[in-house]
Amino acid sequence: MLKVAVVRKRPEFTLEASFAAPTPGITAVFGRSGSGKTTLVNMISGLLAPDAGEVRLDDEVLTDSRAGIAVPAERRRIGYVFQDARLFPHLTVAGNLRYGEKRARAALQVIGFDEVVSLLGLAQLLERRPRQLSGGERQRVSLGRALLSQPRLLLLDEPLASIDAARREEVLPYLEALRDRFAIPMVYVSHQFDEVLRLATHLVLLDGGRMLAEGPVSELSLRPELQSIVGPDLVGAVLEGVVTRVDPEHGSADLTVGRGTVQVSVRGAPVGSRVRLQILARDVILAAQPVQGLSVRNAIASTVTAISNDDYGQVLVRLDVGGETVLARITHHAQKALNLRTGDAVWTLVKAVSTRGHAFRITPAGV
Amino acid sequence: MPSSAELDALRLSLEVALRSVAFSLPFAVLIAWLLTRARFPGRMLFDAFVHLPLVLPPVAVGYVLLILFGVRGPIGGWLRAHFGIELAFTTAGAALATAVMTFPLLVRAIRLSLENVDRGLEEAARTLGASPLDRFVSITLPLMLPGILAGAVTAFSAGLGEFGAVITFASNVPGVTRTLPLALYTAMQSPTGDALALRLALLSFALGLSGLLAAELLVRRVRRLLGP
Repeated sequence: MLKVAVVRKRPEFTLEASFAAPTPGITAVFGRSGSGKTTLVNMISGLLAPDAGEVRLDDEVLTDSRAGIAVPAERRRIGYVFQDARLFPHLTVAGNLRYGEKRARAALQVIGFDEVVSLLGLAQLLERRPRQLSGGERQRVSLGRALLSQPRLLLLDEPLASIDAARREEVLPYLEALRDRFAIPMVYVSHQFDEVLRLATHLVLLDGGRMLAEGPVSELSLRPELQSIVGPDLVGAVLEGVVTRVDPEHGSADLTVGRGTVQVSVRGAPVGSRVRLQILARDVILAAQPVQGLSVRNAIASTVTAISNDDYGQVLVRLDVGGETVLARITHHAQKALNLRTGDAVWTLVKAVSTRGHAFRITPAGV
Repeated sequence: MPSSAELDALRLSLEVALRSVAFSLPFAVLIAWLLTRARFPGRMLFDAFVHLPLVLPPVAVGYVLLILFGVRGPIGGWLRAHFGIELAFTTAGAALATAVMTFPLLVRAIRLSLENVDRGLEEAARTLGASPLDRFVSITLPLMLPGILAGAVTAFSAGLGEFGAVITFASNVPGVTRTLPLALYTAMQSPTGDALALRLALLSFALGLSGLLAAELLVRRVRRLLGP
């Protein structure tokens, strides 16, 4: 468990956050630019001292302002992948990778050089200089360098932010592989919700230096605090399910979620694997009666549990669908036409392709 | 046809300049670091003091050195009593006077390169387990190398021609402290020294030019090696 409770006050900016992140597992620190995400991870790393507060990692106190404890960053064994990679320009890729490895105590060496090189696809780059690498390659080297320092915790500060969107796939699968291969807990800073969905199990929400909420991703996906940050189009329930049947030819699969089954479009998830999917509220259709002759693959009997006006002039309907909560966003006109009230029985319709296009694999260890 | 006086002066100038740079380099790195990274009261005054030789008459510097490091001076007397080292009127003394005069050049170049070192890289080294001294040796110093080399070559080139402080503190002893500029000055004072003076002047000119070019080439080369 990573426990953080810190305050840092500056005339222009105050940061206050306290949360407990499960270890192992990936905790996303999510918020807009300037919300204090980097300041927060810098205090975890020890590069920055809080005015007051404490940081504990698995019962070891790293910072405790009251007891006057502040373990220096170089002795925390916390790896840090910076947004701008920060590779040493006077060393080769191999030299960069070895830098932390050489300084880690031999007794603690569990992550091997060859393993990291093959896992991150660095074999062809070892003799190169950092300036000869692409943005994605740089971040992979930076990731490998941090891993080889044998960290107990890995901090990743928007590692994909300086890479153009098309090239993120050069790094993201490696992050997933890393999460699945090593049980190193990670704190992943991001302002891209799709990265959070794909990687994280736990979520810490920051806004303007204040912590709005923390908890499991699926739980927080239903909270209005998250909705106000991601905006109306990305609001939607995050569900986790198990694959019960795959149709590789058509790229679809049946998932058991709660007590029900949904058909989703997903590739590369074998039977029995756990999958995470987000059902966007704007993609959910509600019907007062059972419908026929539609292309929609999922039509599930459900109950309206809450109705609220959202911040964008629409109506957000919370539904109980087979024991799981799903959000639907409809217009006032639609609500009036259906005469929807809390407690009503409705049919929830979700297109199989509307599960954000792809599902998100999550590790057994991380769940 | 170079005479032995010319060769002596050239050899002495090279020796004095080399010794002065070798002696002052570690101090220059330390002081550049203090001026860039450390915060202490009186830093501005200290900064001004380090740069003083740039604006003082070299003769004044030589005179102060004579008072401090002369045989009966507080430091000179102590050095002689304990180590048998004599600085006034010796080649080592000429090197000391040259070192003091070229010190600001060295500090400025090193300081500039230190200011350009990305602190983020030192932070990265920190998270990888490097202690402060380790970080300085493995990251900061290699990244400062272009500036250190440029400073050293510039100080060396300037040191070849140091006149006022050397003649005041170390005097004008043939083969001991008579470096190129001193030999040039002596030749100009002699009624038959015109040809020698011209040759010495041309030699100084060639040395200075090649020194500055070497500094530039060296910096470029090291920069390319180190990357952006």
